This record gives sequence, C-alpha cells and structure tokens, in this order.
Amino acid sequence: MNYHWNWGIFWQISPDASHTYLQTLLLGTAWTLTTAFAAWVLALTFGSLVGVIRTTPHPWLVRVGNAYVELFRNVPLLVQMFLWYFVLPELVPRGFGTWLKQLPDASFYTAVVALGFYTSARVAEQVRAGITSLASGQRLAALALGLTLPQAYRYVLLPMAYRIVLPPLTSEFLNVIKNSAVALTIGLMELTARARSMQEFSFQVFEAFTAATFIYIAINIVVTFAMRRTERRVAVPGYIGMAPPATAE
Amino acid sequence: MFSNFDFDIIVRSLPYLFYDGMTFTLTLTALATLGGIVFGTALALMRLSGLAPLSILAAGYVNLMRSVPLVLMIFWFYFLVPYLGQWLTASSQPIRVGPFTSSLVTFMVFEAAYFCEIMRAGIQSIPRGQVWAAQALGMRYPTTMLYIVLPQAFRNMVPVLLTQTIILFQDTSLVYVLSITDFLGAASKIAQRDGRLVEMYLFAALVYFAISLFASHCVRLLQRRVAIVR
Repeated sequence: MNYHWNWGIFWQISPDASHTYLQTLLLGTAWTLTTAFAAWVLALTFGSLVGVIRTTPHPWLVRVGNAYVELFRNVPLLVQMFLWYFVLPELVPRGFGTWLKQLPDASFYTAVVALGFYTSARVAEQVRAGITSLASGQRLAALALGLTLPQAYRYVLLPMAYRIVLPPLTSEFLNVIKNSAVALTIGLMELTARARSMQEFSFQVFEAFTAATFIYIAINIVVTFAMRRTERRVAVPGYIGMAPPATAE
Repeated sequence: MFSNFDFDIIVRSLPYLFYDGMTFTLTLTALATLGGIVFGTALALMRLSGLAPLSILAAGYVNLMRSVPLVLMIFWFYFLVPYLGQWLTASSQPIRVGPFTSSLVTFMVFEAAYFCEIMRAGIQSIPRGQVWAAQALGMRYPTTMLYIVLPQAFRNMVPVLLTQTIILFQDTSLVYVLSITDFLGAASKIAQRDGRLVEMYLFAALVYFAISLFASHCVRLLQRRVAIVR
C-alpha cells in the first residue's frame, strides 16, 4: 500500500481556523447525539401514541394507525429527509415556507423531524407488539374494575408493555444514532459529515473514517451497557429467560 | 398548492428514471442480497462453530458492522476498495473501481452482518436431534450442514430474509452520497437540473412506497404458504 499514514493529523488545525480536526469530530459527535436524542423523544411520543391506537377496539383508529406505520416504513429515510427539507416548504403557504427555509439550523430541525417520524413507525410496531403480548385478561380485568380505556392503558397495559419491549426499543435507539448520519445529505454537520469533510481537506481518508468508526463503536457500547442495566432492573419477573439481549438491527 | 405541479416532467423523465436509475437499484439489491446471504451464512456457521477464534472473529465482524452507520461504510469502501483491489491483484497502483462495484462490495459486506444474524437464528431453530441423526447416519459436518440443517434453516427464514431484502432495497438509495445514478440519484439529477424538486421527490417517494408495500404484502402471503406445519 502506498498510502501515506499520518495519525498526527488529528492535532492539526482544521480549515475553520479555530479547532483541531479532533475537535471538529467531537463537535460532530455532539450534533449526532443531539439529533438522535431529540428525534428519539419525538419517535417515542408519536410511536407510543400510534402503537396504542392500533390496539384500541375502534376499527377506524386501528386503520389510521396501520396506514401511518405503512407510510413511514415503506419510504426510504433519505427520501423522507428530502421530502421534509425540499418539498414541504414548497407545499405550505408561501410566507410559512419562506420562514421554514430561512430558519437557522434548518437542517437540524428537519433531520430531527424526519428521523423522529421515521423511527416512530418502528416504535409503534414495538409498542403494539408489547401490548398485544399481554394476556387479554389484563385489559378485561382493568375495564371490569371500572377503569376507563385511557386509564387501563395508563395504569395497567402500558407500564407492562414498556418493560417487555425495552430490549427492542434499545435497538431502535441505536438505530436512531446510526440513522442520523443520513442527515449529512441535507447539510447537517454530524459525525460522518465531519469525517467526510476532514477527508476532503486533509486527504487523510482512512484516519478520518477510523476515528469516526471508533466514536460510533464507543457510543454503541456505552448505550448498550447502560440499557442492559436498565433492562435487568425493570425486567418483569416470571417471564421466560428475562428479556433477550438487545442487538442493533 | 399543486397549481403549478408539472406532471409532464415526470412523464418525460420516466425512461431515464427507470431504465438508468431503477435498473441500477434493482441489480444492486439483487446481487447484494445474494452475496450477503452467501457471505452471511458463512459468517453464521463461523459464529456457531465450536472453534473459539472463528466464532470470536465472526462475532466481532458482525458487531462492528452493526454499530456503524451505512453511510459511513459507503464512504469507507469507496476509498478502501481501490486499495483492496491493488492488494488482491498485486499491482503497483490502487486500481480504478467503478461506482457499481464499489457500492456492491459495500452492501454485500455490510448486509452480510445482518443476514448472518438471520441465518444464525434460523440454524438455531433447527432441533438438535436433526444434527445427531445426521451424524448417526455417518454424515460429516459439511454434508450435515449442506443437506440437513441449512435447507431447513433457509426455508424457515425465507420471510425474514425477504423482509431484510426490502430494507436493503430502501437502503440502496443511500448511494446518493456518492452521486451515483440509482433511482433516487436519477430523480435528484432531473430535479436539480429543471428545478422541479417537488414533483421528482414526491414521485420517487411514491415509487419506493408502492414497491416496498407490494413486496411486503407478497412476503406476508408467502409467509403463510411456506410455514412448516409442526
């Protein structure tokens, strides 16, 4: 291999003239994590809502929920990002569209919304699976005790369902972190984008990508480790073999 | 809202979108799936083998591939494949690699990790008695795997493998980052040339949606038919 290795590159000043390349990568990591967390909050909120309505006894609510999941699951994330970023501002009233386009950090907000809704469909699947895995007697008993349907969900079904689906939710969270890299296509300077720009300015391709890879692996290990502990703590006693270990999907 | 929506641009660009773009996307999906399943099955066998170095190597590989974003891997291989080619062919210069080869290698190598986990689950779902029976009949490890375990594991996992293929089909849109003319790349090129982002991106979304929905519907039908009655 006639590739010129130069690991010292990380301590050199990057073209923005104030940070070293290593610092730019860490800034990118911060953007990756911020985007992922914000999108995760959105995904969990909408995913739970849609997951819940898909298990209600109202057929038309179930249908709306199913359509929502199919819509967000069957269009590639990259295309969804483009729709939110390029197409939405053209379809809304002109004034609002202009405001959207001129928003500072527009690519960040777009990435959060796109990633959030994309992931919410997957979360909805998990939440629904969790609720339907409960014995039907739980719902019936709750209703027989005089709880209203919302109360039955709030106090009986959801607390159990979340504990059961925590491992797959962990993999979804890991997916959000990884999928945030797609936001580089709309100009978000997250970790992969920083590694890419470091490669373009310094020509040290493999150092830049190695560093990014290690940071992603480190994030992955930390999240997996933290969630394993949480999973053990909240595992429902009496279920077969506790929850299976979380794996990225 | 849709008053200046230009349907004509879609009609005019259909040949380019489908003949150039969709052909690339579908070829890439098909070849990457085949390569991924072969390579993934080999990884699964390594992971399940009793030899510690092999299983650690395979597990490390799978975990590595599954902790990094696909986009980063696409960049990695775009720059790495020329050097790998140089090493394999022992030439003095990094070889020139076309965008198709580069993305095919990326997707095969990346998806192999996911196909490995699917095949591993499939192999583990086969009752141990099957292996014992094969051994009692005098079969060696390769024969047992090839004729007894893998055909059943594969059959059990066909719906999951196909679902992964649909995900792969959607993921191929990410080759956009290398400015490759896949389906989305073609749509994007026309969108930017003619300033028709709304029409082209909506149409691209619609096509991806229709294909994925149809494919997953077929998988569900197939799932009912191939399920082994126990």
